[in-house]
Amino acid sequence: MAEVISKEHLAHDVHHAPHEEHHHVETFINKYIFTTDHKMIARQFLFTGIFWAIIGGLFSVLFRVQLGWPDATFPVLEKLFGNWFNDGKLDPNAYYMLVTMHGTIMVFFVLTAGLSGTFANFLIPLQIGARDMASGFINMLSYWFFFLSSLVMFASLFVPTGAASGGWTIYPPLSALPQATPGSGTGMTLWLISMALFIGSTLMGGLNYITTVLNLRTRGMDLFKMPLTVWALFFTAIIGLLSFPVLLSGAVLLIFDRSLGTSFFLSDIYIGGKALGYSGGSPILFQHLFWFLGHPEVYIVILPAMGMVSEILATHSRKPIFGYKAMIFSILGITILGFIVWAHHMFMSGLNPFAGSVFTLFTLLIAVPSAVKVFNWLTTLWRGNIHLNSASLFAIGFVSVFISGGVTGIWLGNATIDIQLHDTYFVVAHFHIVMGIAAFFGMFAGVYHWFPKMFGRFMNETMGYIHFFVTFLGSYVIFWPMHYLGMSGVPRRYYSFKEFAAFSQYDDLNKVISAAAIVVFITQLVFVANFIYSIYKGRKMTSDNLNPWNSNTLEWTTPVEPGHGNWPGALPTVYRWPYDYSKNTTGPDFTPQTVPLTEQEIKELESHA
Amino acid sequence: MAEETLLKHADTHEHEGHEPFMPADEFESNSPMKVSYGKMMMWYFLLSDAFTFSAFLITYGALRVSNKWWPDPNHVFNAMPFMGHKQIPLGFVSIMTFILILSSVFVVLAVIEGHRMNKKGVLLWMLGGIAGGAAFLGCQAWEWSHLISEGLRPFFNPFVPDAQGMTHLAKSIVDPETGRRVLEMTGNMVTDAHGHKFQLGEGFGKFGGVGAFGALFFGITGFHGFHVFTGVLLNVWGFFATLSGKFEKVGHYEMIEKLGLYWHFVDLVWVFVFLAFYLL
Repeated sequence: MAEVISKEHLAHDVHHAPHEEHHHVETFINKYIFTTDHKMIARQFLFTGIFWAIIGGLFSVLFRVQLGWPDATFPVLEKLFGNWFNDGKLDPNAYYMLVTMHGTIMVFFVLTAGLSGTFANFLIPLQIGARDMASGFINMLSYWFFFLSSLVMFASLFVPTGAASGGWTIYPPLSALPQATPGSGTGMTLWLISMALFIGSTLMGGLNYITTVLNLRTRGMDLFKMPLTVWALFFTAIIGLLSFPVLLSGAVLLIFDRSLGTSFFLSDIYIGGKALGYSGGSPILFQHLFWFLGHPEVYIVILPAMGMVSEILATHSRKPIFGYKAMIFSILGITILGFIVWAHHMFMSGLNPFAGSVFTLFTLLIAVPSAVKVFNWLTTLWRGNIHLNSASLFAIGFVSVFISGGVTGIWLGNATIDIQLHDTYFVVAHFHIVMGIAAFFGMFAGVYHWFPKMFGRFMNETMGYIHFFVTFLGSYVIFWPMHYLGMSGVPRRYYSFKEFAAFSQYDDLNKVISAAAIVVFITQLVFVANFIYSIYKGRKMTSDNLNPWNSNTLEWTTPVEPGHGNWPGALPTVYRWPYDYSKNTTGPDFTPQTVPLTEQEIKELESHA
Repeated sequence: MAEETLLKHADTHEHEGHEPFMPADEFESNSPMKVSYGKMMMWYFLLSDAFTFSAFLITYGALRVSNKWWPDPNHVFNAMPFMGHKQIPLGFVSIMTFILILSSVFVVLAVIEGHRMNKKGVLLWMLGGIAGGAAFLGCQAWEWSHLISEGLRPFFNPFVPDAQGMTHLAKSIVDPETGRRVLEMTGNMVTDAHGHKFQLGEGFGKFGGVGAFGALFFGITGFHGFHVFTGVLLNVWGFFATLSGKFEKVGHYEMIEKLGLYWHFVDLVWVFVFLAFYLL
């Protein structure tokens, strides 16, 4: 193969020699900024995602300060954040803005763009043996739409009347009437513009991920030889492609309500005793359109994490993944069921009780594929030769939090139990553990595991251990007690509980939660420091050990810093699935996908057939 | 050094008309659907866009069934340019629909000529497709401006029922005090376009008929019109790319096929929009 290439290349040189120069000038701009190399685009997504994660995390600290110490004043915060903290105390409107932006940033900018954007871009071509994405240009646009979207959202934080503050779910009428709250004006307009750009970015990214997986697999890479990361990212892209457009429709109609005076989502409304000119619209209709995206969105967030965890657990416990096909079909099951459960977010919105029972049924059915995955992870770990390091610890932590958070989902999925628990801290605890913490753990595991491939250096393991253990314990300290708060009826989204004598017994608990939130936030800065330090000063990956985790997948067959095109010579050929660990009786305990089947293996296959 | 070789290798193929870095350059692609990545991208984009339109049409259905009364399309869409006050129910929209379908047929012919590598044929039929799309947009502009002249707005609907539930176009004015558009009313009597007075149906007042009608009409046909507009621009680009010999050099007219897919999709969506607003 290599010979053929060089011959062609020589012939070509003679023909087109004058063309060569101006094609190959690698400038700073086309290498680092407007790049079409999927690996660089992945890094762009990762850096932007980390930037947003710091902002989103900081916001949660700010409103946790208010919830933990509602009577105290913090003059230093006024110095730092101006009139969000008038007289050192969080302004109620700023509180709602911070909660809204925390949700928006974490769900969309960090755990959708930062997670899928990073790892789908990085891993899909490398793990299926492709030179790049199907369309590098559209892939580049995908990042720059996300960048523009980020700029608009970031700018909205500096609007004098505040950013959007009606909740990340932007229910009308708070989002539809510019006069409803301070943040409903310019802040909300910018939110909608930003999200429209974001949807464009997701669409372009998704189109690339899907077509790349289907069309650009290397020789021998059958669909059922793909690593589970690729399967998960593939289904994630499909979910995004089919659910985000519905949010776009809802957002377009919401923009009409705001600017053209239509009444899609608004009915008769009085403000200050004066009737507004709206009639006949339905705010519930918006909730349907929103949650048709909103629910699949949680799978967009969690599936990539699941895929990476499957890969990392198998690699670091030196065992084949348990139930490879069961894993794939459970992802497929989650994908399909994920589209028909959205109304479980609306049990208390005046949903028809019969519809409630149907949605309860489908919601509880999702427990089946989720449990299949959990048992497969546990059985993969079972009696494995587990190599503990930052990557595998976060992957194991993922399984822990996914179980803890998943179990409470079975409670909330019941329409009847939801009557008691909806809009309480129980819900906050549930979704933060099962999609917030879990997805972050998956992302951290992925960063620690693939960092050497991304930057040619290793992250610091000691700092990684500190990061893991403090985050793991701290997350449980933050969210476990919230279940108790929720079960005794403490409502979410409240600015202060001083008016409720019954809730004063939780004042100290709220302090504990807030203190833990601050500690966990600071620990994330340790991760960021480790990340930046390791890019420049981390232990170097050397060309005599290109496969530090002794992994089977294709990305470890590339050079230390793969150029644009990934493999210097011909593309690798794949002969086997990616999970042949601890199969050999002698020699290394892994067999990469590029190793041809032995005669023994061929015989076994034939006897099975 | 190795990277340089690779990049050069990729460029060899770019000059021959392939995208860089396609495994097809090195061996047969293993696409399970046996289509190129570009066409597959278009199909998935259309699938995604279909969800956007579905959401709009479901919104239409939800708001329509939540209203007890809905204007009769035969009375709303009955005007025809150059025909004065002659009423031809759904006449104009039928012409519009025919034009759009015809333009889709032209694009099919352009694709066929593309398979035959007949540049002149492609140019001819693409021109037909573009003309059809532009004509459709012109018709839509006329229909919109006519309805606006009758008083229809995204937030106001002058098509109201009489006591028997029959649809009438009522005269409306802008209330100088509130600045809001209202019906011209004396008691519960309103005037129709011909100056006849009639009694307004129960449950309706000076704020006119079902507001969602105008909102949905302008919103959804507008969104569809935006797609047609984009399609015309894309087809114009395709026309000039063909003219410049771009596809001849590449060796295939797949781009025209992709444009065709988009154009047929826009056509198909119109069938559903037509069904919802004009026939039901």
